[in-house]
Amino acid sequence: MLIEPSTHSHWTPLLGRLGLDALPTEPIVMITFVGVALGGIALVAALTYFKLWGYLWKEWFTSVDHKKIGVMYMVLGLVMFLRGFADALMIRSQQALAFNGSDGYLNSHHFDQVFTAHGVIMIFFVAMPFVTGLMNYVVPLQIGARDVSFPFLNNFSFWMTVGGAVLVMASLFIGEFARTGWLAYPPLSELAYSPDVGVDYYIWSLQVAGVGTTLSGVNLIATILKLRAPGMKLMRMPVFTWTALVTNILIVAVFPVLTVVLALLGLDRTIHTNFFTNDFGGSPMLYVNLIWIWGHPEVYILILPIFGVFSEITATFCGKRLFGYTSMVYATAVIGILSYLVWLHHFFTMGSGASVNSFFGITTMVISIPTGAKLFNWLFTMYRGRIRYDLPMMWTVAFMLTFTIGGMTGVMMAVPAADFVLHNSVFLIAHFHNVIIGGVVFGVFAAINYWWPKAFGFKLNVFWGKVQFWCWVVGFWLAFTPLYMLGLMGVTRRMRVFDASYDPLRVYYIVAMLGALLIAAGIGAMLLQFAISIWKREEYKDESGDPWHGRTLEWATSSPPPEYNFAFTPVIHDLDAWADMKKAGVPRPVSGFKDIHMPRSTWAGIVLAGMATLTGFALIWQVWWLAIVGLVSIIGTAIFHTFNYDRSYHIHAEHIAEVEAARTAQLAAVANKGAAA
Amino acid sequence: MSSPATTPPSAGTPGDLTAAYYDLNEHAHPDGYSTGLGFWLYLMSDCLIFAMLFATFGVLGGNYAGGEGPKDLFNLKLVAVNTSMLLFSSITYGFAMISMQGRNKGATLGWLFITLLFGLAFLSIEMFEFHELIAEGNGPQRSAFLSSFFTLVGTHGLHVTFGSIWLVTLMVQVGRFGLTAANQRRLQCLSLFWHFLDVVWIGVFTFVYLMGTLR
Repeated sequence: MLIEPSTHSHWTPLLGRLGLDALPTEPIVMITFVGVALGGIALVAALTYFKLWGYLWKEWFTSVDHKKIGVMYMVLGLVMFLRGFADALMIRSQQALAFNGSDGYLNSHHFDQVFTAHGVIMIFFVAMPFVTGLMNYVVPLQIGARDVSFPFLNNFSFWMTVGGAVLVMASLFIGEFARTGWLAYPPLSELAYSPDVGVDYYIWSLQVAGVGTTLSGVNLIATILKLRAPGMKLMRMPVFTWTALVTNILIVAVFPVLTVVLALLGLDRTIHTNFFTNDFGGSPMLYVNLIWIWGHPEVYILILPIFGVFSEITATFCGKRLFGYTSMVYATAVIGILSYLVWLHHFFTMGSGASVNSFFGITTMVISIPTGAKLFNWLFTMYRGRIRYDLPMMWTVAFMLTFTIGGMTGVMMAVPAADFVLHNSVFLIAHFHNVIIGGVVFGVFAAINYWWPKAFGFKLNVFWGKVQFWCWVVGFWLAFTPLYMLGLMGVTRRMRVFDASYDPLRVYYIVAMLGALLIAAGIGAMLLQFAISIWKREEYKDESGDPWHGRTLEWATSSPPPEYNFAFTPVIHDLDAWADMKKAGVPRPVSGFKDIHMPRSTWAGIVLAGMATLTGFALIWQVWWLAIVGLVSIIGTAIFHTFNYDRSYHIHAEHIAEVEAARTAQLAAVANKGAAA
Repeated sequence: MSSPATTPPSAGTPGDLTAAYYDLNEHAHPDGYSTGLGFWLYLMSDCLIFAMLFATFGVLGGNYAGGEGPKDLFNLKLVAVNTSMLLFSSITYGFAMISMQGRNKGATLGWLFITLLFGLAFLSIEMFEFHELIAEGNGPQRSAFLSSFFTLVGTHGLHVTFGSIWLVTLMVQVGRFGLTAANQRRLQCLSLFWHFLDVVWIGVFTFVYLMGTLR
């Protein structure tokens, strides 16, 4: 039989596997549930009281403006970051407590969900939205475009990512999440060993979000290749745009692999096929290979755009051209290609033999060459530059120091013989946190501090930014140095309790816990920084549109930029187009405006993604009728949407003239103030 | 699109500078400017889905788990008929595109309808084949070989199904709004999609059926 109510005893046609027992009963989860429910009710009430629903719907949720979608991605990343970090604190405190016969405060049912959710959330719903949000906001501005190639698709992609996040969050209160680790290796993730809905939540949240990610990859590649301003040859693109191009090529080339591998696992679990089972000819190691063919490029998907961020920041805050632009571009492309040839280093212990392991060990080590070239390029840019240590530059220096050490421990593990000792130890945990926090997280903070004034028209508070910086940098090393040491001693990852033989090692876990608390303080400082900056936005106002003396086109517009980005598309003559224009003293055009053709907002993205999320939920709980209704409505709605041929409108020249006249007055006021001072 | 000079200007009036650094007479990109490239990129991502399913079949295709293998299960004659249905549908889609270029709405719709019939015939034969296999106890649960066979062939069939739904949608839209620029673009995208499924099927026919029976 094809549709069979798996092993669950209480499957009903109406509710599938859903029953009252899906609701939380444990005190910790119930308290969280009540807290989240109250918070949610308060938020909804506040939005209703201040009559903000219409505004949010019209100006944000249905908007196809790449800038607004970019900001929404960042908000999603931030919210999920708080959840993912709460999981991290729970892991650290459990491991600090569970010594001397203590069982800690999390039973294995919860602890296993917590470390799985931590990994899944931090990669898919924090790092990915942050990186996608940055690319969405910055790339069209940097290439002098008015929007992305497919604005509706962009909105849809965002809401699919939200849909995935909603499913992960739902698992906290309705049923449970996977207890398998963040990549859900079979046979553990198969029905036989994980009969509950946890792995199904995992599969469907990632499938829903994955559709969004793949489409956003297609969208940004097309945007970069087709919508560059006249004169911007590929080798005149800003480095961030280059890294975005390579990253999105990686996205389109590997996310289908994830889609397939999760679909096959889903088939195993739902209709009892035998892809990754232990019997009937299935092969669990096939899953491990496939998922890492996606998984390794994925880490480069995250880090490459961040390399781009640091390149922009280094050039800007050193007041000179990036050293070795061409080598930077080639290094990015080479990393992109090599990222496909290393996946097996995640399981040298599989037993592929010395030749296969050597091949993948060597390709892994080779990646450090283009990465090293990048580091030297940044260093040589700083050499004899007039370095301004504003917050983005501080994060850049912290990144260069931290990431390099993380890279070196990576090369250590690339030696297969060494990896047999370090595999699955907390040394590995320390290594990838070292590169992901030291690289991606620091880079996102640098980017937020760098581009915030562009997005909102005011700078961020420096004092609390510095508090955040020091808490994070010191906290990171405090939290992860002990793990490096423990890993070298052979402690494995994902341990919930420690027996008496571990007692001498407890101090390491306590230090790591202190580090995590310091990082928590850093997150608090960041939230305070945002709040204070918004509160004092008049004081921190930047009217120039170019607060850091930037070099690329996004700084040529007002802050925030008008919806059409550029009244006239700039023509590019050189690398660092805006620096070139400033040097040439090009006067802004102040007359002769023309109508601008822009895409219209649409309800279709959020509605379709909502249906997809509901369908995902139905598939998780095997509520087949709802899944069928969901699928049919998705197809029907999509078809209905294609009958709408009228998807764009014109911004009239008179309106543009008004906006640009206000901008001219604003710039004149800035110039006067400058002259007076 | 007229593209302005991109060489930096020599000394001149500020007005010349502005004209050199801003596109003062720009024309908006026409509708669908990026659609061709975007659709190709999507197709390549879809191609990778099939690549993964082929790879999975390559790895698991010999794992019969004591059950029957391709030689016992596949009816090559039936598959040959089925293959010809899909190949014919590609030819007739090509005729539809030629009629579209000749601005002949009636002929375009006619060829599209014939394409749809071939597509439905293909799907019917495939469902018959699946039904036979499952009825004899050789369903996707029987062995890893059959799991990967059903998934690869079924995914292709699912694509043809969605292609057929899309085809009907486009027939309605062409019927109602005519061969407008937007509709022509849509027909072109579906054309790429349809031929792409043909190419994938040639892989399936060769790799799964022909080479399977030789194993």
